[in-house]
Amino acid sequence: MKKLPLKPKFLVGIAIVALALVYMIYAGVSQSAVYFVTPSELKAAPKAGKAYRLGGMVEKGSVSWKPATLDLSFRISDGQANVPVRHTGTPPDLFGEGRGAVVEGRWTNDGYFHATQILAKHSEEYKAPHDAASPGYQELMKSLRTDQK
Amino acid sequence: MIPEIGYGMVIVAFLLAGYGAVAAGVGGRTGRTALVESAQHAALGVFALVTCALLLLAYAFLTFDFSLRYVAMNTNLATPYYYRLTAVWGALEGSIVLWAWMVALYTLIIVLRHRHNAREFYPWVLTVMLSVLAFFLLVMAVPAPPFERITPAPMNGRGLNPLLEDSGMITHPVALYLGFTGLTVPFAFAIAALATGRVGDRWITLTRRWAITAWYFLSLGLLIGGWWSYHVLGWGGYWAWDPVENAAFMPWLTATAFLHSVMIQERRRMLKLWNIGLVILTFSLTLFGTFLTRSGVIASVHAFTQGSIGMFFLAFLSIVVLTSLGLLAWRWEALSAEGELDSVVSRESAFLLNNVLLVAATFTVFFGTVFPLLSEAVRGVKVSVGAPFFNQVNIPVFLGLIFLMGVGPLIAWRRASRDNLRRNFVWPVIIGAASAGLFFGLGVRSTIAIISLALTVFVAVTIAVDYLRALRARRRMGEALLPAMGGLLVRHNRRYGGFVIHLGILVIAVGVTGSQAWSLHREATLQRGESVELAGYKFQFDNLSSREAGNHFLVESTFKVTNGKAGTRELRPAKKFYPQEQSPIAHVDYHLGLVDDLYLVLGDFARDGSQATVKVQVNRMVSWIWIGGFILTLGAILAILPERGERRKTA
Repeated sequence: MKKLPLKPKFLVGIAIVALALVYMIYAGVSQSAVYFVTPSELKAAPKAGKAYRLGGMVEKGSVSWKPATLDLSFRISDGQANVPVRHTGTPPDLFGEGRGAVVEGRWTNDGYFHATQILAKHSEEYKAPHDAASPGYQELMKSLRTDQK
Repeated sequence: MIPEIGYGMVIVAFLLAGYGAVAAGVGGRTGRTALVESAQHAALGVFALVTCALLLLAYAFLTFDFSLRYVAMNTNLATPYYYRLTAVWGALEGSIVLWAWMVALYTLIIVLRHRHNAREFYPWVLTVMLSVLAFFLLVMAVPAPPFERITPAPMNGRGLNPLLEDSGMITHPVALYLGFTGLTVPFAFAIAALATGRVGDRWITLTRRWAITAWYFLSLGLLIGGWWSYHVLGWGGYWAWDPVENAAFMPWLTATAFLHSVMIQERRRMLKLWNIGLVILTFSLTLFGTFLTRSGVIASVHAFTQGSIGMFFLAFLSIVVLTSLGLLAWRWEALSAEGELDSVVSRESAFLLNNVLLVAATFTVFFGTVFPLLSEAVRGVKVSVGAPFFNQVNIPVFLGLIFLMGVGPLIAWRRASRDNLRRNFVWPVIIGAASAGLFFGLGVRSTIAIISLALTVFVAVTIAVDYLRALRARRRMGEALLPAMGGLLVRHNRRYGGFVIHLGILVIAVGVTGSQAWSLHREATLQRGESVELAGYKFQFDNLSSREAGNHFLVESTFKVTNGKAGTRELRPAKKFYPQEQSPIAHVDYHLGLVDDLYLVLGDFARDGSQATVKVQVNRMVSWIWIGGFILTLGAILAILPERGERRKTA
């Protein structure tokens, strides 16, 4: 018979470590798996309390941000369906109407998605180089300057 | 002209590298030294050409040559010169140039250092290095051309991603790539060992310092990446288990395993197959990481340009893996172990377990990273696992590794006697257990934190026990205290370098534990003059002002921080508006402390300056991570110095 590379007791030890690892991975996955869904998919079969990652476009005109209470609400849409989302906290820098966003959280029985995290995304497509002459930037700078003494 | 010259240099370098790879291989096989020498000249030529290409790209950036698409995309007239220089490797195409240049540089060093002292491996090492170079030059020629012309050339460029305008981003890729490319060298030697059938210890001895150097740069790259994430991205963390981070972390784990397992081969002539396997795995993981992050198969928060480059890396990875497996099968008989493991309670088995755990951690990280792909392929649903998964599975593994860090270096080879165990571990265990009680008494209630801190103390005491014992022996020989202390470090630099690195890792572990357990944060909207309290600190919103700052516009808030005892401190978190970006970018302001970091992020503000929404964080013990990095650096330097014994042999 061919000689084993290691004595049996070591192989048993390694097997135990491997089994423990498999168990930990299994437990880890079942506890922290997050399903990625689109608004249509979520609308089709919403399960309250289940962890989701919801991805889509922030619908134009849907964002409401109340600094005093840190309440942020908006709708995420994929063109066919939209899902109301609520979140407590400042919208991230890249967040904006008409842009892509992925929110992580849970669907609630009250008919909205409670987001614990917002991952705003860089737009993927190429943006034409525009310089300081672009109206948006100039306007912002002007308004910022005049607003403050 | 620059695009054409640059492109020409890339093509010529590619052909030279391809020729050299073949020539060296044929020369090695047939023993014709003239061919090997010719390959050596090719290697020098490739180095010269890649160096020129890199300099040419830097020149194009410095002179605002927007006829190059890459320059136009990553710089504009307002970019200051130092960021124009670092923009050279600020995006995909340029980072490949830097990568190729480093491989070429390492090839040059191999030519200089190992031409004579590694004669038997040399041709094959050249073949592997030049093949890797040829691959990167192919990438530069086809899927990611840095010298591509854009017509008509724009008047102004788009500008560098503002998040990259930071000193961390200047150094992070350099360190990381020095690590990645450095790992190519042990891989080249491993393949050479297989090709020549000399799979003994020689290739390991030759590459030991290469491996430690590469490992160190990889560690440094990871740490700087963490620092960048911490002080630029404004989420208050340093590690997010993002696919891009994991891609760099996996080779680090297997390289760490390799650094430890070679010691068993050197000492006991075991694990030959394992060691070669680890090196191949490590190198493959560096390629896999690049494939993963550049191909777009896994979504990451890091915005990288994507394209066909992923397929190139996948194809090259397949070639590397298949060739390696073929060679392993060919040399199977020669790779069997000469020694055997005797006892479970021995240094060998501590190192073996260390390796099993490190590979287990690698597998976990791999599994979690590709999980979305797996689940989509198998079950048709997109499921991802986030940071909780990685933490949950890896924490026990890492705690086990810390424990072994204390056991491994002190336990006896072959079979530890009762006496050996008592001599080395009674005090560490007692003090470690006592410290657990102490931490509990001090109010630490997190079980993981207590275990982690107590293990850290245990390991620190084992290191102290070892050092003090050696010191006492020298003192008995009549040496003065200070010369004895220094002499020990220098004369046994490999051993004590390793210990110092372990100390650095321990300090990092304390930082990670503390920051996970005790950091606090809250968010609030304040009117001017109002304040918010957190962890005994009072943060008062004083003012909001705006001004132009170089290439961007800055809206800056002023916060006064008091904590009752020490004086006041002012922090100025801001938002930066770049003309080329659609969104503002938060500029974090922070005060680093040994225990408490004060960390402010401006979230939102009223344009009249009367109101600001701010994220306030008191992050605990994060500084220990950076301090650990410095200690690790000292240890690495000590370990990389030539060994005393080695020097005597060659002299």
